[in-house]
Amino acid sequence: MNGAASASAYLALEGVSAGYDGRPALTDVTMSVPHGAQVAIVGPNGAGKSTLFKALVGLLPVKSGRVLLHGRPPGGQTDPIAYVPQREEIDWGFPVTVHDVVMMGRYGRLGWLRRPRQADREVVARCLEELGIADLERRAIGELSGGQQQRVFLARALAQEPHVLLLDEPFTGVDVSAREALLTLLARLRERSITVLVSTHDMETAARRFELVALLNKRLIAYGAPPDVFTPDHLTEAFGGQALFLDGMVVIDQCCPGHVGDGEEHRHTHDRRTGPR
Amino acid sequence: MTAWLTDPFALEFMQRALAASLIVGVLCSVIGTFVVLRAMAFLGDALAHAILPGVAVAYLLGADLLLGALVAAVLVAVGVGLFSRRGALKEDTAIGILFAAALALGVLLMSTVRSYASDLTHILFGNVLGVSAGDLWLTGGLAVVVLTTLLLFFKEFQLASFDPVLAHMLNKRPELLRFAMLILLALTIVVGLQTVGVGLVAAMLVTPAATAYLLTRRLAAMMAVSAVVGAASSVAGLYASYYLDVASGAAVVLVATAAFVLAYVFAPRRGLLARGAARRSA
Repeated sequence: MNGAASASAYLALEGVSAGYDGRPALTDVTMSVPHGAQVAIVGPNGAGKSTLFKALVGLLPVKSGRVLLHGRPPGGQTDPIAYVPQREEIDWGFPVTVHDVVMMGRYGRLGWLRRPRQADREVVARCLEELGIADLERRAIGELSGGQQQRVFLARALAQEPHVLLLDEPFTGVDVSAREALLTLLARLRERSITVLVSTHDMETAARRFELVALLNKRLIAYGAPPDVFTPDHLTEAFGGQALFLDGMVVIDQCCPGHVGDGEEHRHTHDRRTGPR
Repeated sequence: MTAWLTDPFALEFMQRALAASLIVGVLCSVIGTFVVLRAMAFLGDALAHAILPGVAVAYLLGADLLLGALVAAVLVAVGVGLFSRRGALKEDTAIGILFAAALALGVLLMSTVRSYASDLTHILFGNVLGVSAGDLWLTGGLAVVVLTTLLLFFKEFQLASFDPVLAHMLNKRPELLRFAMLILLALTIVVGLQTVGVGLVAAMLVTPAATAYLLTRRLAAMMAVSAVVGAASSVAGLYASYYLDVASGAAVVLVATAAFVLAYVFAPRRGLLARGAARRSA
């Protein structure tokens, strides 16, 4: 590895614009993620966090700019990117067991007519073990708790043996213990130099548990270490009138008009000090 | 008792009816698992009715009615696939337009024929007792093609139905698989024409699979249970038709419906009673 940041970057975005039908949800994003780094992607609803992930995995066409993975554009069966979708995107009523779902992580390495081999079963067993759900492997995914369901999809992502792992809102809709379990897993992934991008509403976790934060709102507003990103200027730029500054404390009203499914207010406080101590 | 069971099948046309019913029962039920899981019931219904113009054209040309149905079904399947590709239109909108157009075309063509009498009635309502040896071979051949395809690509169809996003990421071509599924569905509906008819084939695509959904927790098991329900309904429907002298296609569908109602109430996890018990203990 040499000293130049761009040369050692594992995942690089160069002027990336992406979105649905005509109007881009995300414009001109340039950032490079070093090998093995863990990045929290934060920003208001509709800021383009999910769009960014979908562009990275090729679900949405990149309209301009390019994505480079290890210096080359992604694509192909052996793509080392794994993606854990938001839980609303999964059909929990589908008749599959935990083992079936985790085995799907191996399908990319299996040809069209090939059946899983012993080596694939061993990887699946290891991933189930690592997430502590080996005893649930014969259960249908619809019978599990929210935290267990998340672990199934994390196990599936690990079964892909990825170099880059994308987690879309993994802290939403799970309880505190599931959240801590996930943070513990992230710490282990750090030791294995797996690059991780996590989108989240949880600014506190982003600030305390990640070395890099990317603040998005249709474009990249700031990217770097949390203290450099979470400045009043940047937050105002990202959240506009939703950000309220109270004597060294930032309150962001992230309650989302039109957001279906939960009636409760999301009020996230973020107690980073803005001035010198 | 044995005589009661074997009597109906002493005659050759009844043996053919039994074979055709079993093939259709199993085939519709197995592919029906994907229809139920991917909420394609409306599509199955539309395909079944869209076959009408193909049958009418074949009748006017004096060609084989099943062949006409097959061509129409495949054309409609391809049309639905093309119209809804890349989300230009929502799939059910595309289906609705093609469904209505094909049905209107069928009625228009039929209205030009003065006496289309029994042949077309058979296509609409099925006539399992009139299955010829040639029909049986065609039915059997198509069934083998569809079931073999599902078996060989089970892994891919499962992935594409459950998680098209992952299928896309792993280069498993979910668009192509969806297309293939539409074609297989069209073939299945044509196979079902002769026995249960256009009107009831949609029910055979949904009811046994929905029954199996309530009873199982894995896709392969759901397909197997669905096949058993479909086959048993077909046989029971034939007996009902023989002894009670009622329409066989309708009898088959009603037996399958009875199985569904039983599963809906008594299924171990997803049944009405089990869910009620779970709520009370919670």
